[in-house]
Parts: sequence; structure tokens; C-alpha cells
Amino acid sequence: MLEVRDLRVRFGRFTAVDGVSLSVGPDETVGLVGESGSGKTTVARAVVGLVRPESGSVLFDGAPLGPVGRRPASLQRAVQMVFQDPRSSLNPRMSVSAIIDEAWRTHPSSAPSGDRTTALHSVLDDVGLDSSVARHRAGELSGGQCQRVSIARALAVKPRLLVCDEAVSALDVSVQAQILRLLVDLQQRHHLAMLFISHDLGVVHQIADRIAVMRRGVLVEEGPATDVLGAPQHEYTRSLLDAALELTRES
Amino acid sequence: MKTWLSRIPYVVLTFYAAVAVIGPLLIDYNPVRTDLGHRLLKPGATAWFGTDGLGRDVFAQVVYGARTSVLIGVSTVVVSAVVGTSIGTVAGYFRGWLDTVLSRGIDILLAFPAILLAIVIAGSFQRSVVVVVGALSATAWISFARVTRGTALSVRERAWVDAARVLGVRRRFILVRHVLPFTAGPVVALATLEFALVVLAEAGLSFLGIGLPNSAVSWGQTIANGKQYLATAWWISALPGIALSLLIVNIGILGDQLTARFGRGQLR
Repeated sequence: MLEVRDLRVRFGRFTAVDGVSLSVGPDETVGLVGESGSGKTTVARAVVGLVRPESGSVLFDGAPLGPVGRRPASLQRAVQMVFQDPRSSLNPRMSVSAIIDEAWRTHPSSAPSGDRTTALHSVLDDVGLDSSVARHRAGELSGGQCQRVSIARALAVKPRLLVCDEAVSALDVSVQAQILRLLVDLQQRHHLAMLFISHDLGVVHQIADRIAVMRRGVLVEEGPATDVLGAPQHEYTRSLLDAALELTRES
Repeated sequence: MKTWLSRIPYVVLTFYAAVAVIGPLLIDYNPVRTDLGHRLLKPGATAWFGTDGLGRDVFAQVVYGARTSVLIGVSTVVVSAVVGTSIGTVAGYFRGWLDTVLSRGIDILLAFPAILLAIVIAGSFQRSVVVVVGALSATAWISFARVTRGTALSVRERAWVDAARVLGVRRRFILVRHVLPFTAGPVVALATLEFALVVLAEAGLSFLGIGLPNSAVSWGQTIANGKQYLATAWWISALPGIALSLLIVNIGILGDQLTARFGRGQLR
């Protein structure tokens, strides 16, 4: 469904992504792991069109995904993203209902045909938020609530691929687990494909069917989650895995 | 800051606003009606602020002048805030060549002293309210453009702007909904300071005789009329001068208070 071919992204002289190929099938969750600076966020931003690749292509069902804003509305809708920092990914002055409504007004084809208030409440309920949250401004919400609203906004336009860029990294551990469970649950109910980006192997193994490991702009290893975690081929993957295990043991 | 001292500007400015709005309704004054029998009267019971060289009441001139100052000040600030904020926000949000062109244009304008530019513009046209507002706005919008450009530059990096782009929100809606509201605080703070500068500049232009037409009443004109009587009839220049200074100082204090509150581009 999503196909990234030989993607290369440069910022001035610095090559952030140097020839990455990756695919995500329907209903599949692919975890993209790597340390900070490995280029994984740049891959995510190239997929949603916020970053213009120097070469290579990003295809969705065979159609090229151009820069954001030049995509046909149907492709724009199909690929949505959840960002790292839950607080700054929502305009703090807008109310939750205005945020969801903006998604519907942008893509009228995804808007509910009936009563919007009822639809709004069911969207919020879907991500585990009480309908009373709708009146609040985003600036008044907790980090976990903000991330649920971000997810609700993304799902409001009924996407087929959800890109999660470090979507749980900024949350504390107990909230992290809730949001992860929510994502797994939503992925199954809405038949979403997911590109899940994280520096944390411990998080990725809870959610990913396949795992791709990135280092310094290059993919070093890719395969089914059980293989990559059970029998890592590349030394870098092993060191990431050791680090994750050590952390688990310490805690 | 919440002492009674910090409330002084509010009290003083409310008083000025009341005088500017209600004063002319209560006092009748015609700048072309002269009364040579009562010229150069000292401040006293017949004329509270005295009379000028043509026997016209200075108190009435101060009251009508307040209306003129507020009218010119508000119109100029509104015009320049709208123009400056639009240009600054667009430049800061889109960056690129548009920003380069606009910023260089601003640099060129800044190379001239603001009052000089206003004098040149006002001096080249017939004296009228529109010309004065135009001449003063010609430089006043620049501060608004610079401040809002800075705010837009920082807000555009916020994730909610990226989120709106990924969602497919149109650019003009991103500007209006996700960038523009965050310029409101700095713009309000700046507007008060600019108001003071504009009122002062209008008095300056009218003092030089290139501001408002003689049919209008302006503090600058009254001050200029009193120039030749400074040694004998100080009140003609001094009393409107004090009215002007008090207004400027109090707006300045209010502006500083607002800048302390909003000036750093607080996002919430």
C-alpha cells in the first residue's frame, strides 16, 4: 500500500536519509527504529509530504505522493500523522470541537452526514475521551488527552495509513501504555496501516508486525518483528536490543 | 504590579477619552470666530486656560484638540496595524523570496528618519485628515510588520502548523486560524506605544503648519500659535503642551505594562 523507494533527503550538505526503501501493507504495522539523528523522523515527514525528497519516490497504491498541499484531496486524507509533542501539535487556543470540525471542513467527504455533535462525541469516545472534553481549549488538556485528540483528528478524515512519529515518547510511562493500547485497538477496528516510528525497541515490539532498523540515514535491518527481536542480524540492532533489555532489567 | 500606581494610566486615559468624546458636545468652539476685545486673557474664571492672541478660548482648543489627537491616533494605528500585521505575518510564514523582498523594503524605509518621511509626504499634499493619517501610517506600519514577522517565524515551527498542513488545511486558513491569533498580544502592546508616537508626530506636523487644515483644532497648532507670546502669555503653548505630555507619558506606561505581559510573544 505504502511504498518508499530509494528515498534520499538532504538538508544542505547533510544527508539525513540515504537511500531507504520500505513498504507498509494493508492492516500492517511497521516499526521504524533507530537512535536520534538516524533519519527516521525525516522518513516520516517525507511520507506525509512535509519534507521534499532529493530523489527516490513515495508511492501510495502506486500513485506518487507529492509535497503536502499538492496532493489530491483523496490522497491527502488517506495519509495522516500523529506528532511527537502532544501539546504543540494542537493549537492551544482552539477548542477540541473546533479542532475536529476543522478536519471535517477540510475534507467534507469524510464529514458525518447527520448531527455533528453526536458524531463528535462518538469520535471522542472512540479515543477514550469523555464528551465534556469537546468544550475545552487544547491548552487546558493534559499531555495524554492532547495525544488522544491528535489521534481523533487524524482518524476523523478516515485515513488508511497512520504515521506515528514518536507518538508516545513525550508521555510518561503509564500514559504511554494506554496510548499504545489505544493505537493497537484502533488499528484493528479501523483496518489501518501504520508506520510507527520510535527510538524505543521496547515500545515498538508491543505494536509492530515488522521492524525496520535505521542508522545514519540507512536501513541496516528489516524483517518480521519476531525475527528482528529474536535473532538480530546486524550488530547495531543487537546493541539497541541490549540497551532496551538492560533498561527493563534495571526497572 | 497590581498597585494603585499601576492603575494611574487607566484612570488618566479614560479621562482623556471621555474629554475627547464628550467635551466637544458640551463646549461650543469655532476656530475662525475671533474676539479681539478679550485677547491674551490670563487663565481665570472667564477663561479657565486663558485666551490666545486672537481672543479664542484655550480650554476649548485643548478639549477639541484632544478629539483630534485621539481621532488621528486611532485611525493611524488601525491602518498601520492592519497593513503591518498582514505584511509581517505573510513574510514570516512564507519566508523565501517574498520575505526577502519585504524585509529589504522595510530596511530601506527604516533608513529614513520616520518624522522626516512624514514631513515630506504631508508637505507634498493638501492639508487634510486623510493625508496626515497616510503620512503617519507610511512609517508606523513597519514596527507592526517586524514584530508580527518575528511571531509568525516562531509560530510556523510549531507542530500544530505541520499538523494542519498534513490534514490538508488551505494556506489562508492556516494563516488566519493557526498563526494570526498569536500575534494579537504583541500587536496590542505595540499599538499603545505607536499611538503615543503618532499623537506626538501629528502635533509636530501641525506645529510646522503641514498637518491638519486651519479649520481643525490641533494641540500642535495651538502650541505654534502661542510661540510668539511665550514671554508674555505662556499659557497658550504651555497648557496644551502639558495635556500632550501627560497623554504621551501615560500611554507609554500602559504600553510598557502591556509589553511586559504580551511582548515576548507568549503563546497562551
